[in-house]
Amino acid sequence: MNPPEILKSGVSGPAKVQSPEANRPRHLLSIAELSSDDIIRLLDSARSFAEVSKRPVKKVPALRGKTIVNMFIEPSTRTRMSFELAAKRLSADVVSFTPSGSSLSKGESLKDTAKTIVAMGVDAVVIRHSSAGAPKLLTEWVDCSVINAGDGMHEHPTQALLDLFTMRERLGRLEGLKVAIVGDIDHSRVARSNILALNKVGARVLLVAPRSLLPDRVEEMGVEVTGSIDEALRWCDVLYLLRIQLERVSESRFPSLREYTLQYGLTQTRWSRLKRKPLVMHPGPMNRGVEIASVVADEVEPVITGQVAAGVAVRMAVLYELLGGST
Amino acid sequence: MVFVARAKIIDADDISRILKRVAHEILEKNRGSSDLALVGIRTRGVFLARRIAGIIGEIEGAKPDVGALDVSLYRDDVASRKASPVGVTEIDFDINDRVVVLVDDVLYTGRTTRAAMDALIDFGRPRKIQLAVLVDRGHRELPIRADYVGKNIPTSGRERVKVSLEETDGVDMVEIGEERS
Repeated sequence: MNPPEILKSGVSGPAKVQSPEANRPRHLLSIAELSSDDIIRLLDSARSFAEVSKRPVKKVPALRGKTIVNMFIEPSTRTRMSFELAAKRLSADVVSFTPSGSSLSKGESLKDTAKTIVAMGVDAVVIRHSSAGAPKLLTEWVDCSVINAGDGMHEHPTQALLDLFTMRERLGRLEGLKVAIVGDIDHSRVARSNILALNKVGARVLLVAPRSLLPDRVEEMGVEVTGSIDEALRWCDVLYLLRIQLERVSESRFPSLREYTLQYGLTQTRWSRLKRKPLVMHPGPMNRGVEIASVVADEVEPVITGQVAAGVAVRMAVLYELLGGST
Repeated sequence: MVFVARAKIIDADDISRILKRVAHEILEKNRGSSDLALVGIRTRGVFLARRIAGIIGEIEGAKPDVGALDVSLYRDDVASRKASPVGVTEIDFDINDRVVVLVDDVLYTGRTTRAAMDALIDFGRPRKIQLAVLVDRGHRELPIRADYVGKNIPTSGRERVKVSLEETDGVDMVEIGEERS
């Protein structure tokens, strides 16, 4: 039996109700696909959304009636919560999908899940996945907006946007800003997205890492490279410390934790020696005593919690831009 | 779309006289400026609100609080408009039990005013909300009227009213015309 006409349009999702050409869903898959104007516009708009989180009533009706699915195939607490708060403060409904440990191959289970989602008529999927390119693949299967919340070692666009937002609000500019990124660059989607974004807005980037933790052909990324954190500290306006993923330490490319801290850590000695202190940032959660000394972490904590607050504002800006108006 | 002006209806001197009269009317109706706060609707309403507050300050000796409201996030037509950059809302004073005068440049369908009232109420519970507009061009779609009107300008639905202000456009005037593509 065929379903009645009205039900058919209901299950196909709101994007199909209007002309598919005029109202094709829009996505945020990577920083690479954004222009510097796109980035600046999102950062400007995030400033307005930051104000919403400071109100007595932290909610605006902008996305009332929209449904957003959080699909975090790879575990995450802060990014998932941040997206959830952002959606709720815009009055969207949020559903969380939790992977049930299916034994199907990743591609297969993702596709099945995606189809289920289409059937429920949602407006956007926020996806985190351990495989690079999973969000892009998803756009081919579903008829709704897709937002990349981190895919493998590829990109984490909203993290880069919130980092740029923090730099811009704290230091007043991005163009010409000198940013040193320290740590396991090669495995870091946060680093990749930040490098791309900083290059686009005219900031200068210096990578600080042992050669074994730098990507191949790093010179082609439009960055400078050094092995010395002391050199970076003398040069930079912003010192961006990446989280050392402790599970990587056992790999042969990684020095021992102690060696890493001595060579690349923001130790108390290094910090107290500095006359001009840079803005220290970290995507969290920090490994105190590894990439950053505990006392230094205490001192720079306001900036790092500021990054978390900025995350909600930036994600509100992204959701509003993708879902808040017709194209 | 390009705005093509047909006539200038209000000039700079008129605007200055209108704002003085509106300032006096606000004071008369509210018996002074205690409890009073002005909240301008972005963009041009904010500058009008600041000017009116300045005039009230000259008359009463104390300038009322002025805030700025961006109503984009409260509009009922979010889905049918192009997403435009959202301006910052700045209301850094307590609006509870105050008389809040919303200030806008043009009153038309009333939908912006509706959105502004919803937005304002998220900041607290004003004792009264009043509305001051530079131009009322008619064609209301909601049961809303202004308490203070600079000038009533009867228009057709096809016509456009364009308000220019020194702060944003370099000149003070109101023109009537049409949008042409």
